[in-house]
Amino acid sequence: MKRNSVLELGVGVFMLAGILGLVFLGLRVSGLGVSGPSDTYTLTANFANIGGLRPQAKVTMSGVRVGKVTDISLDPQWFDARVTMEIDDAYEGKLSGDTTAAILTSGLLGEQYIGLTVGGSPDMLEDGDVIHDTQQALVLEELIQQFVSNMAN
Amino acid sequence: MIDRIAQLGRATLDMLSAVGRAGLFLLQSIVCLPSREGLYLWVRQMHFVGVMSVAIVLVSGLFIGMVLALQGFTILVDFGADEALGQMVSLSLVRELAPVVAALLFAGRAGSALTAEIGLMKATEQLTSMEMIGVDPLRRIVAPRLWAGFVSLPILTVIFAVVGIWGGYLVGVDWLGVYEGSYWSNMQDSVDFVDDVLNGMVKSLVFGLVVTWIAVFQGYDLVPTSEGISRATTRTVVYASLAVLGLDFVLTALMFGDLG
Repeated sequence: MKRNSVLELGVGVFMLAGILGLVFLGLRVSGLGVSGPSDTYTLTANFANIGGLRPQAKVTMSGVRVGKVTDISLDPQWFDARVTMEIDDAYEGKLSGDTTAAILTSGLLGEQYIGLTVGGSPDMLEDGDVIHDTQQALVLEELIQQFVSNMAN
Repeated sequence: MIDRIAQLGRATLDMLSAVGRAGLFLLQSIVCLPSREGLYLWVRQMHFVGVMSVAIVLVSGLFIGMVLALQGFTILVDFGADEALGQMVSLSLVRELAPVVAALLFAGRAGSALTAEIGLMKATEQLTSMEMIGVDPLRRIVAPRLWAGFVSLPILTVIFAVVGIWGGYLVGVDWLGVYEGSYWSNMQDSVDFVDDVLNGMVKSLVFGLVVTWIAVFQGYDLVPTSEGISRATTRTVVYASLAVLGLDFVLTALMFGDLG
């Protein structure tokens, strides 16, 4: 059978377009990093209430993205939420030991994320350390309840 | 009365035997050793089934992405959540619209053509003559087409999703003024590669197999007259579209419904 190189080229370009498209969906759309796990380090923090925080949520400092939440589980000892975060390698050993973590909301109804604020302690957070000073998520219902009971008094 | 019951019985038996024939047909044509020539026949069909469908997929993907962004924006802006536009466009495209709409277009564009082609081969007795000279038509005609459909629909789905997301970007960011950074970062925060993108790919693999299977079987099994060909072509599009929509619900329930 006679081979048709134009046709083969067309099919090749078609397959290539599929592969490139999948790469685009992976990197750009679902945000898979090319960088391996070695480029981040892990911090954990316990919160009394995480509200609507989910894995993949961003971790910020002064509004700038520095990492993401990788895992949320219940601490069986204290029965509060243990949030595991991956922070960019560039900040390893630069966040002070009394750094605080708060769960913030972007906009009134937007997604929830973690905001870090550094303190003044001379010793620094290393890989695997725990942030002790945390501020739980603002739950709108509780706020309204508080407001109503204050009004009643 | 007895006639009616017998009619019902005959219809049931006919349907069952058609399902059985279709199953055997799929098994016989898929299970065969690949050869050099088979590979070349497959490339030819990839061109016919896949490459020639790219244009329609590009155009419809672009417009569906643009409409999604426009509709989504007018709804989301009421809640002050227009930043979530990227998330909405990408999730609905990757999970649902790209696999389903690409499969429906594929059934109309490639499936009907496959049925008509094989049907005409049968009506002009090309298939019988092939058997006479000792060439297995299942291997020579059907298998390359089945494999081509199975491989090319997922690729078309990826192209559809990418173009749709780009169309959403054009309307949302360039025209309606959603902040570009939040379009992409909201998308990246909410889309999971395995749960969303790969599940969409699994869907389109299933659709590719089912649509091509229905198309080639309808062509192979039709009554070899001009009326039979036209009926079989219609049946291909109708059955394939219904199968895609029905299977989509089942697959969605299994993947995202927390049932499985």
